[in-house]
Amino acid sequence: MGSITLQQVRKSFGDVEVIPGVDLEINDGEFVVFVGPSGCGKSTLLRLIAGLEDVTSGRVVIDGQDMTQAPPSRRKLAMVFQSYALYPHMSVRKNIAFPLKMAGMAADEQERRVQHAAGILNLTDYLDRRPGQLSGGQRQRVAIGRAIVREPSAFLFDEPLSNLDAALRVNMRVEISELHKKLATTMVYVTHDQVEAMTMADKIVVLRAGRVEQVGSPLELYRSPANRFVAGFIGSPNMNFIEGEAAAAMGAHAIGVRPEHFAMSTTGGQFAGTVGVAEHLGSDTFLHIELDGGIPIVARAAGEFPVGHGDRIWLTPQDGRVYRFDQQGLAL
Amino acid sequence: MATRHQKTLARLMVAPSVLLLLGWMIVPLAMTLWFSFQSYNLLSPGMEQFIGWTNYKYFLSDPAFWTAMRNTLLLVGGVLVITVGGGILLALLLDQPMFGQGIVRILVIAPFFIMPTVSALVWKNMFMNPVNGLFAWIAKAIGAQPIDFLAQYPLLSVVLIVAWQWLPFATLILLTALQSLDSEQMEAAEMDGAGAFAKFTHLILPHLSRAITVVILIETIFLLSVFAEILVTTNGGPGYASTNLTYLVYSQALLQYDVGGASAGGIVAVILANIVAVFLMRMIGKTLE
Repeated sequence: MGSITLQQVRKSFGDVEVIPGVDLEINDGEFVVFVGPSGCGKSTLLRLIAGLEDVTSGRVVIDGQDMTQAPPSRRKLAMVFQSYALYPHMSVRKNIAFPLKMAGMAADEQERRVQHAAGILNLTDYLDRRPGQLSGGQRQRVAIGRAIVREPSAFLFDEPLSNLDAALRVNMRVEISELHKKLATTMVYVTHDQVEAMTMADKIVVLRAGRVEQVGSPLELYRSPANRFVAGFIGSPNMNFIEGEAAAAMGAHAIGVRPEHFAMSTTGGQFAGTVGVAEHLGSDTFLHIELDGGIPIVARAAGEFPVGHGDRIWLTPQDGRVYRFDQQGLAL
Repeated sequence: MATRHQKTLARLMVAPSVLLLLGWMIVPLAMTLWFSFQSYNLLSPGMEQFIGWTNYKYFLSDPAFWTAMRNTLLLVGGVLVITVGGGILLALLLDQPMFGQGIVRILVIAPFFIMPTVSALVWKNMFMNPVNGLFAWIAKAIGAQPIDFLAQYPLLSVVLIVAWQWLPFATLILLTALQSLDSEQMEAAEMDGAGAFAKFTHLILPHLSRAITVVILIETIFLLSVFAEILVTTNGGPGYASTNLTYLVYSQALLQYDVGGASAGGIVAVILANIVAVFLMRMIGKTLE
């Protein structure tokens, strides 16, 4: 139904090569998240799948059919844009029905599908309003509604939550995940927020400078990152990297330890340091520590941990939770 | 204007300019009204006297008045249709990426900078002249009878000349409006399966509606008083075939020296303009919501 395959897809804008060659397999029903820092080509990759940009070379195969040259409307994909891209002069009802109207569907069938979509998305009371009269979260839902009425073989989301405030973002994240469970349709989701990636994805594709750095389930990437970039990108707060003697002692150029994998003590341990800022959240305590060698470390203690600015502290990494990287940044 | 204090201050501050503008408008209007009730002919000075509505009776019962009225509306309507329609097409064309875009855009805007008298004379002598004109030359080149535009189709010729002058204005306003159309909306429509025509009618045209209203409003204000183009090309003729209200008032005052009658005509023109303005304001109110 909704499998997408990219074969050696390349994209250049003039002399600038944005995507130097990507191979990717997206299975039917999967929730795939493209994640990476801004400018890494993740949105471009999504637009190549959508057909809004032409590939420079390579093939885009959707449902087993070569769609490389097909116009966007023939690919049976629906896209939700970052700016929602609602039609401002049309009511919510007309916005949602627009793709159906373009497809020449009968009016009563249009209405039935619009009602169905509005029911799923809690938009029934807003059908006669204009997009300008809706809040950010409601506009987002209208954009999703416009996508689901077409019953596409896959949904494409281009950073759909980045215009929402933090609380709403968490809600919409859950709603989109639930929608995926309900519809069981392939979804491709682009974000720069690794929390969104970790919480929503079946499969995460980490991109850097147009290259796929690693593909895998959220916990695979968390447990065994392929290189230093993925290790630093996945997980919040970021992984701590220690170079020099301590790393050399373990036979590596650099070692990485996640903030949550330190055992902390005020009496003794492997690394000694001084507490800088201590963030006491109740459920967690985040400590910004400067090791005696001058290396900054962020460590997380579960629950309350009573230390303050200037206190001495000792850190010991947990067994089996230390990642080793070579000179090129590849995991050993 | 948050507080009452600020409101009072603001009114006080704008008062001088409001009063000046009010005086600027009221004095000529009052004088015109005054003259319109006088028997006042420049050929018989010292004979001025109050004659009530007589000037209006004569002006409104003049067969030339209804012709001029019809010509005024045809002129305004014709130019609006050509400039708005052509302006949309040109704006769509100029919005496409192309070689030499900057220069092409300047060329398109150019006619707007040419004085009405000059452009009308150029059209009259270099294009529409039945002997030396370019159109006559083209007609002869394909073996057709040259058309004497100004004699055979005087009003249409004036409409064409004025439309040529106002097309750049419409194009410019519509082009800027077109460029503010969100590109993601267009992409969304493309994903939704809308073709070029559907995108035009469902997205571009509604997006342009406000700009189109502005173009219609501004052009109407200026087109109701078209004068120079008529004076240098047809002189309102043949007969009254290309006389509009403005030109009729002019001929009344300066060709027949009847200041009273011309003033009555001027007041009629003011009333007409206000009727049009009411309709336009309603239209604008609708698009602005």
